Amino acid sequence: MKIKRRDFVRLAGTGCLTLLAGDVIAKEGVGPSEWENAYGVLVDTTVCVGCRQCEWACKKTNFDPNADKADFEDKSVFKKHRRPDELSYTVVNEYHDPAKPEAVYTMKVQCMHCNEPACVSGCIVGALEKTKDGPVIYDAWKCIGCRYCIVACPFQIPAYEYDNALTPQIRKCTLCFNRLKEGKKPACVEACPTEALIFGARGKLLGLAHSKIKTHPDRYKNHIYGEHEIGGTSWLYLTTVDFKNTELPELPSYSIPPKTEKIQHGIFKWFIPPIAFYGLLGLIMYSKENNKNKQKVEK
Amino acid sequence: MNSHEIPVPIKAKFFTPGTTILFAIMVVGFIALAFRFLFGLGPVTNLTNGYGWGIWIAIDVSCGVALAAGGFTTAALVYIFHKEKYHLVIRPALLTAMLGYTFVAIGVVTDLGRYYNIWHVMLPSMWQGNSALFEVGMCVMTYLTVLYIEFIPIAVERFKGKVNLPSLISFLNKIIEFFINIADKTLCRVTFLFIIAGVVLSCLHQSSLGTLMLLTPTKMHPLWYTPISPLLFLVSAIAVGFPMVIFESILASRSFKLKPELDVLSSIARYTPFILGFYLALKVGDICIREVLPYAFDLSTESIFFLIELIFGVVIPLIILSTKKYRNSVGGLFTGAILVILGVVLNRINFFLVAYQPLYQEKAYFPTIWEMLVTAGFICTLVLLYRVFVMIFPVVSVPGKGDAEQLVEMKNV
Repeated sequence: MKIKRRDFVRLAGTGCLTLLAGDVIAKEGVGPSEWENAYGVLVDTTVCVGCRQCEWACKKTNFDPNADKADFEDKSVFKKHRRPDELSYTVVNEYHDPAKPEAVYTMKVQCMHCNEPACVSGCIVGALEKTKDGPVIYDAWKCIGCRYCIVACPFQIPAYEYDNALTPQIRKCTLCFNRLKEGKKPACVEACPTEALIFGARGKLLGLAHSKIKTHPDRYKNHIYGEHEIGGTSWLYLTTVDFKNTELPELPSYSIPPKTEKIQHGIFKWFIPPIAFYGLLGLIMYSKENNKNKQKVEK
Repeated sequence: MNSHEIPVPIKAKFFTPGTTILFAIMVVGFIALAFRFLFGLGPVTNLTNGYGWGIWIAIDVSCGVALAAGGFTTAALVYIFHKEKYHLVIRPALLTAMLGYTFVAIGVVTDLGRYYNIWHVMLPSMWQGNSALFEVGMCVMTYLTVLYIEFIPIAVERFKGKVNLPSLISFLNKIIEFFINIADKTLCRVTFLFIIAGVVLSCLHQSSLGTLMLLTPTKMHPLWYTPISPLLFLVSAIAVGFPMVIFESILASRSFKLKPELDVLSSIARYTPFILGFYLALKVGDICIREVLPYAFDLSTESIFFLIELIFGVVIPLIILSTKKYRNSVGGLFTGAILVILGVVLNRINFFLVAYQPLYQEKAYFPTIWEMLVTAGFICTLVLLYRVFVMIFPVVSVPGKGDAEQLVEMKNV
C-alpha cells in the first residue's frame, strides 16, 4: 500500500473541512489525555509468530464455544489476504518488507476501538457506543440496519450479516467488553503465547511502547500506530517495517467526526438557524402579500 | 395568457400501451422486492462489508429526495414570493413531491436490514444529534407528513359534499363529510404554516444528504470530497426543482393529449440558468481552490464520470435554457430539463458510489439485476400512482372556465 498523491489530497480535503468548521487542530501531536486510563491493547508485531491462537480464542468466546483448535493451526490461510467479517472478529495476516523480501511478518487485525469513532458519530440511533472504559460496543436491539457505520469506518471493520433476512446484526470486535466487566483480559490477549498482545491502560501502554522504541531503535519503527491516527485508537501497533507495507491504512492524525458534527451542530445551534429561516420566509410571504393587496386597492 | 386554466381530475383511459409496460415492470419489481424481504440483502444485492450502500441509497433515496425538490421550490416561488402566474404548476409539483418522498421512505425500508426498527429514529431516548443521517431521517419523516397535510385541501376540494360510499358502508358518509368540513374550516386556513415549514425542512435535509459522506474522507475521491458538499447538494436540488416540473408537465400533457403550458414553463425555466450558473461557479471554484483540478482530466473512471456530470448535466443545459429560442420551444425545454435532471442523478450516483472506494475491496460494486428491478419497479409504480392521482384529484390544469385571478384568490391560503 503506497501513498498516492490522491490520498494526500484526500487528507488535504479534511484539512479544508477543519478550517470550514472553524476548528484549529489543537491536539495534533498530543494523544488525548482523557483516554489515558481507558483499556487498550498494544500489539508488538515483532514477537508475533502467527500461531493464530488469538483467532481461536476469539471464535470460542464470541461465536462457538466448541470451536476446534485444529481449524486454527493451518498456516496456509496466510496465502490469502483475509479481513475480519461477520464470522470472525479478528484475523492474522502475513505481510512482507520490500527491503527484505525473505523476511515474513504476521499481524492481527480487528476493530481499533477509536477514541472518537466515526461509526458512533454516524449511527442514526446510537446503537454504537464508545464506553469510557475504551471498548466500542454495539446494541443490536437499537440498530435499524442502515449500515452507515460500514460506510464511515476508516478501517473497514464493521461487518454485516447480509444473509440474515430478518435479524441481521453488525458484527465487530467488542474488546471483550463482557469479559472486562468480569475483571478478565480480552480472550485474544489471554491466549497469546508470546506476549505480542499486551493489555492495559492506554496511557501506560503508550509509555511502554515508547520505552520499547527507545531501548530497541533497530527493532522498531519510531511510530506507534494508533497513538495519533484518526485521533487515537485503543489498539496500538509496533512494527519493524513501515506501516505502509501492512494493511493498516494511512490516516490523518486528527479525528474526523468532530468536523462533521460541527457542521450539524452549527445548523441546529439551539434551533436558532432553522427558526430564523422560518421567520424570514414568513416575513417575505407577509410583505409580498401586503404589496399585492395594496396594488389591488390602487387599481 | 394562461388565464383560463383550472385544475380538474383528468378523464382518460388508465391502460395505454405505455402504462401497460410500466405495469409489467412494476409487477416484476415487486417480485424482486419480495425476494429481498424473504431472503435478505445478501442473496439479492451486491453489497459487501466494503460497499455498505448501493443503488437503493444512491438512486431510490438520494435521487428521490433531489428530484422531489420541485415541491418546495415551486411552493416557495408561488406562496412565499407570490409569483402567482406559476400557480398551475404547484399541484403537480406537490403531488410529485408527496409520491416521491413516499417512495424515498419505502426505498429506505427496503434497504434497512432491521426495517421494523425504523421507528427508533423517533424515540427521544435514541436521538443521535451528531449524525447527519439522523437529521436526514427526521426531516424526511416530518416533511413527508407536511406534504400529506398540504395535499389535504386538494382532497377536500374533490370530495366536499360528494362523499358517496357504496351502500354497505354508506353510514360512513356523514362521518367522513364531517371530518372534511373540519379540515376545510381549520386546516386549509393554516396551510401557509406548513408551506413555510416544508421549505425550511427541505433546505435542511437536502443539504444534510451532502454531509453524509464527509464522515469518510479517506474513502472518497477528492473531486467530490469537499467541505462545501452540503451547499452543493442544496443548490443542485434547488436547480433541479423547476426542470423536474417542466419535464413532468410536458410528459403529462403528451400522455393526456393536452396542450403544454409553454408560456408558463418557458417563463419558469428562466430561473434555472441562474441557479445552474451559481452551482457551476461553486463547483469549479471549489475544485480550483482545493487544487484538485488535475484529477478531472486524468482520464480515470472518476474523472470521466465527473466531466460527464459537469458538461452534460450543467454546462449544456445552462446554454440551452439561457437561449431564448430553445427555451421557448417544447423540444428545447424538454431537452434542457432532462439534462439537468440526469445531471443531478449522475451527481448523486457519483457522490455515493463512484467516488466511494473501500480500502480492501478489489471488485467494484455494480448492482445486481434484482437491485435494478426493485429500483425500476418503484419508479414505474410512482409514475402509475401519479396517473391514478391526477385522474382522481384536481391536480392538472386543463383549459376551462373561470378567471385565473379569481382562481388564485380561491386557492390562496
